[in-house]
Amino acid sequence: MDFSQLLSDPIGFIAGLLTGLLTGIGIPEPAARVVLMVIGVIVVASFCLVFPLFLIWFERRIVARMQDRMGPNRVGPQGLLQTIADALKLLTKEDITPIGADKIAYNIAPVLAVVAVISIWAVIPFAHNIVGTDVNVGALYIVSVGSLGTLAIMLGGWASNNKYALLGAFRTVAQLVSYEVPMILSLLVPVILARSMGMNDIVRAQEVWFLVSAPIAALIFFASSVAEVGRTPFDLLEAESEIVAGFHIEYSGMKFAMFFVAEFMHAFTVGALTAILFLGGWRGPFAEQYPILGVIYFMLKAFAGYFFVILLRATLPRIRIDHMLDLNWKFLTPVSLGAVVFTIVADKLIPLGAAPWFRAGVLFLANLLLGWITFWLLSGSARRMRQAEEGGEAGHGEEHGGQAEEHAPAHAPAH
Amino acid sequence: MTSLQIIFLATAAATLISSLMVVTARNLVHAALWLIVSLFTVAVLFVLLEAGFLAAVQVVLYIGAIAILIIFAIMLTRRVMQDTGPQTNRQWWLSALIAAALLAALIFTLSQVQYPLSTAGVPDDSLRTLGRALVDPNQYMLPFEVASVLLLVALIGSIVVAGDRK
Amino acid sequence: MIPLSWYLTLAAAVFCVGLYGVLARKNAVAILMGIELMLNAVNINLVAFWHYLTPTLASGQMFAIIVFTVAAAEAAVGLALIISIYRRRNTVVAEEIDLMKW
Repeated sequence: MDFSQLLSDPIGFIAGLLTGLLTGIGIPEPAARVVLMVIGVIVVASFCLVFPLFLIWFERRIVARMQDRMGPNRVGPQGLLQTIADALKLLTKEDITPIGADKIAYNIAPVLAVVAVISIWAVIPFAHNIVGTDVNVGALYIVSVGSLGTLAIMLGGWASNNKYALLGAFRTVAQLVSYEVPMILSLLVPVILARSMGMNDIVRAQEVWFLVSAPIAALIFFASSVAEVGRTPFDLLEAESEIVAGFHIEYSGMKFAMFFVAEFMHAFTVGALTAILFLGGWRGPFAEQYPILGVIYFMLKAFAGYFFVILLRATLPRIRIDHMLDLNWKFLTPVSLGAVVFTIVADKLIPLGAAPWFRAGVLFLANLLLGWITFWLLSGSARRMRQAEEGGEAGHGEEHGGQAEEHAPAHAPAH
Repeated sequence: MTSLQIIFLATAAATLISSLMVVTARNLVHAALWLIVSLFTVAVLFVLLEAGFLAAVQVVLYIGAIAILIIFAIMLTRRVMQDTGPQTNRQWWLSALIAAALLAALIFTLSQVQYPLSTAGVPDDSLRTLGRALVDPNQYMLPFEVASVLLLVALIGSIVVAGDRK
Repeated sequence: MIPLSWYLTLAAAVFCVGLYGVLARKNAVAILMGIELMLNAVNINLVAFWHYLTPTLASGQMFAIIVFTVAAAEAAVGLALIISIYRRRNTVVAEEIDLMKW
């Protein structure tokens, strides 16, 4: 019983204990390894399914306080058991399947949505040696698993045999597939800075947080990820006042609860991913000697990210679908492409072996330059639009309508 | 029978069964779902072949984009009466015969060749080698650029072909 | 160790299943699904050969990436064509699209 190993390598310690136990009762070594892997999977999956109970309470209290009311505070101390009461209520609801619904797709869709979110947690590093599996393409794996969630929504919308659900699903998939592009492009920036796609490598490379080295990429990644989850301000897919609540209108009871849990866990995952990619993950004082401290730092940063997601929900209004797609294709995608290009050029200009703070400073200046160029271009085009409107109105005023079109082009280029 | 072989046999069985269900399913959306299963098992095969990057790209590209495109196309081109009749045309027996004959010929030919198996394993930095090969002018930079032009052409072409003429 | 011939046999089988799908199905989208199966089989073959014959080079994976790209481009254009045909002729059954048959 080497308790010093318990502090420095808790997972290895527990694995050693269990392997000794299993081989002691006669199970051969490879089978014991498989059993350990299955136990690990069960632990991660259970964490992902049980944690939203706390997340939902957290969100409801914070949104309520921002809206100047109390939030759940009756059931249990400070209302902590409210989510359990809600889950019990949803469990006891009648499970209605609409006539003509495709049974297989109808039942698989919520399961697929939850599986897509849980699978992301397999590659998230809680500490330098507490990680589900450290694949060297972790960032790409996260994108690929996220796209499974898109599929789940499509299936849910179609399988409900409801034209409005199908329409809601089409719009949802259009939004989700569009916002994957800036998400992947801005995900490239930490990968470039860390020279590796593995999540643990990205955290290890952040001696200076990537929030300093790549603020534009951080903002774009955060915004696109919030749109990927389908949270406000991008939640017209499932808000009650939009096309009859979108793709999950026909789901009731536990199936609806699974979509709900998947969404909240995905929102927290967005916070966790932002923490890993841009806020330094598990890094902090003494995180290498005591992995449990790494877990605490990571959770604090992930909750900071999640708090930001909640803040966005409580303060911003919903945006329309055409504004949303315009924002994506006309702003986020070009700016994220620019961020990738500027990061690469700036990174090449820094001499090898420069101090981390110097490197971060040069990259920060490159981001400032990109931000200034973007602002200059946007203000130029806004000025042109304003002058086209004013030219049109002046023409209206002089000619009382009629020949307004002839005068408006004469005014607009008079810069 | 090592554990790796057991995993391969299970995955291969899943791939074959889901491919057969794709081509024989009556309901088109079910066929698309089976296609997704089959694409996923191919990604698992890529992982077995130690090509993790290709496995992730397979899931992102095929399942996350192409399968969704196919499901969209199925939903946009449905006629109510279509799903009930037989889904195969009149010469399906000839197609099955041709496919079986081709399978036999392929297996026979493949078993005759002596492959120069390499003794080296997959190196740890295969991803880095791939990345360098994509942008090296002496290696594969030209196919890389041609592939991007091809994607641009496909993008513009599909918008022009399927767009509304107003 | 999994012998190379197992991978090649699996790829040949999936290719032939895809071929049957292309030749025997009526719906144009179903034909496209058969084509995707065939491209997947080719990819399995390429990556298997890369793994067993030249694992130190990048050419096998490169070829597979080009096949991915071509498959994506062809699926996009093919589905656009199918949707456009459905708008004009209100059918996607391959036998009924026979305006140019002699």
